[in-house]
Amino acid sequence: MVTLHHYLVVSAALFALGVIGVMIRRNLIVVLMCLELMLNAVNLSFVAFSHYLGSLEGQVFVLFVMVVAAAEVAVGLAIAVAVFRQKGSIDVNDVNLMKW
Amino acid sequence: MIPIPAINLGSILPALILCAAGLVVLAVGLFVRRGAVTVAALISLVGIVLAFMTNSPLRALNAEAFSGLVAADSFCWFLNILILIAVGLTVLISAKYLADEGMALPEYFVLLLFCAAGMMFMVSGNHILVIFIGLETLSISVYVLAGIHPAIPRSQESALKYLLLGAFSSGLFLYGAALLYGSAGSLALPALAKYFQAGSTSLMAKAGMGLLLIGFGFKVAAVPFHMWTPDVYEGAPTPITAFMSVGVKAAAFAAFVRVFFDSLAALQVNWSQILWVLALVTMILGNLAALVQDNIKRMLAYSSIAHAGYILVGMVAGHTEGTSALLYYLLAYTFTNMGAFGVVALVGRKGEANNMIDDYRGLAKLHPLLAVTMAIFLFSLAGVPPTAGFVGKFTIFSAAVKEGYVGLVIVGVLTSAISVYYYFRVVMKMYMEAPATEPQALHFGPAVVVGLLIAAVGVLYIGIFPITYLDLAAKSVMPLF
Repeated sequence: MVTLHHYLVVSAALFALGVIGVMIRRNLIVVLMCLELMLNAVNLSFVAFSHYLGSLEGQVFVLFVMVVAAAEVAVGLAIAVAVFRQKGSIDVNDVNLMKW
Repeated sequence: MIPIPAINLGSILPALILCAAGLVVLAVGLFVRRGAVTVAALISLVGIVLAFMTNSPLRALNAEAFSGLVAADSFCWFLNILILIAVGLTVLISAKYLADEGMALPEYFVLLLFCAAGMMFMVSGNHILVIFIGLETLSISVYVLAGIHPAIPRSQESALKYLLLGAFSSGLFLYGAALLYGSAGSLALPALAKYFQAGSTSLMAKAGMGLLLIGFGFKVAAVPFHMWTPDVYEGAPTPITAFMSVGVKAAAFAAFVRVFFDSLAALQVNWSQILWVLALVTMILGNLAALVQDNIKRMLAYSSIAHAGYILVGMVAGHTEGTSALLYYLLAYTFTNMGAFGVVALVGRKGEANNMIDDYRGLAKLHPLLAVTMAIFLFSLAGVPPTAGFVGKFTIFSAAVKEGYVGLVIVGVLTSAISVYYYFRVVMKMYMEAPATEPQALHFGPAVVVGLLIAAVGVLYIGIFPITYLDLAAKSVMPLF
């Protein structure tokens, strides 16, 4: 029997993977993928809660999150292209004109 | 037949007008070739004035619209005014900047207007979903705006860093929202308030609150979630930096206040302790780091972190006094910082080549009036009477003392004494030193002059006659309590 608990654990694990990926990966595309992973982990939580609580609000939220994530990644890739044209690299470590 | 819920477009009319103005600019930009920037700026200003006019009914409305998704009350009325002032001054500063930099981009104004509309949705959101969408509308527009300068590599770098950390913080914010949804069963702010008032405080709900707090902390640039601020503020085009430091911060603080005082009020004991720590480290670190900066945009970035700390003190103090002082502070800060960055945009000249503090040497000799205005803004940032910055700090600190946060106020006063050093360093350079080499002449345009004049008059006027504005701020926070 798959319970709410299982979904939440999977979602938390995916979210943690996304966070770790953003922190340690240096390739810009992979970092963007990890950000998407974080958002989709949240979506999983929302849908699980929504089913468990019997309310549609969470599922509506997921639709909006998906739209926002798509917009965000579109802008992210555009910026990645701009950075690549300038530096010939999409390594996050090469983006270092200003000190962190 | 499906019943159609009551739709009250009047309650979001200012935001709708800004969106419409943005679409008009977008369409006009396709057909107008020469002078596109001027035309776009004029249309934007018309849209902003119209939005300003349609905003005034909201004050007395005090109603929920769209099935309780949007709250049209005096709180959002006040913040809408603030946002419109910020975006209006940004348009005035930008027209000249874009012309000087050879950026014939009407899209710049489109994004600016959409961003302001997003801020308005964020401050009027009565549901976490609306707040989230407003937050993302403003963030995505600002990511693009930060990287819009094609010739400055730092601009793209700043956009990239802002996007990565902004998206990361949105992820944390969303996870917090999901946990709150799982606990309370709804994300409408009144429903959340009811859930927490019933006394049920599960660990999951508290974790959700913490994650929301981190998400907002990123947006308002509170230490330790401030790492992106100096780089993003330094790299972005100066008018956009001005807009970010004022508009994004005001909208984020407004949503922060609404969510935490409206729906999480029952947990105030928990979160005000966290905010106490955040305010303390933000004031200390922001001011200390600003001391050692040579780039004026970076210095003002750390100063804006420090100001976020002062505003957090207002949140810690809470109640009507603390939050109304916070609103007044945001108003004072809007005029002051827009003005200061406006001068920086002017002095920077082509390609932002003169952004070092040393480039301000002898400015008083070459352009006495510009130096006086810059000095007014710097005095206000430092909190010297009779400017608005002084009244803002005074009301926030006195509200905090009334609530017994004496330690926090002592740190606040000490750190603002430190801040006097780095603000006055610029004043000293302007008045006491001679210009090193013969600098290029500054080109003033009518729009910039009007913008700086409005900001300077605003700083002095609400600083000398603060009672009306303090009163307005106090009335505006009524819906929250």
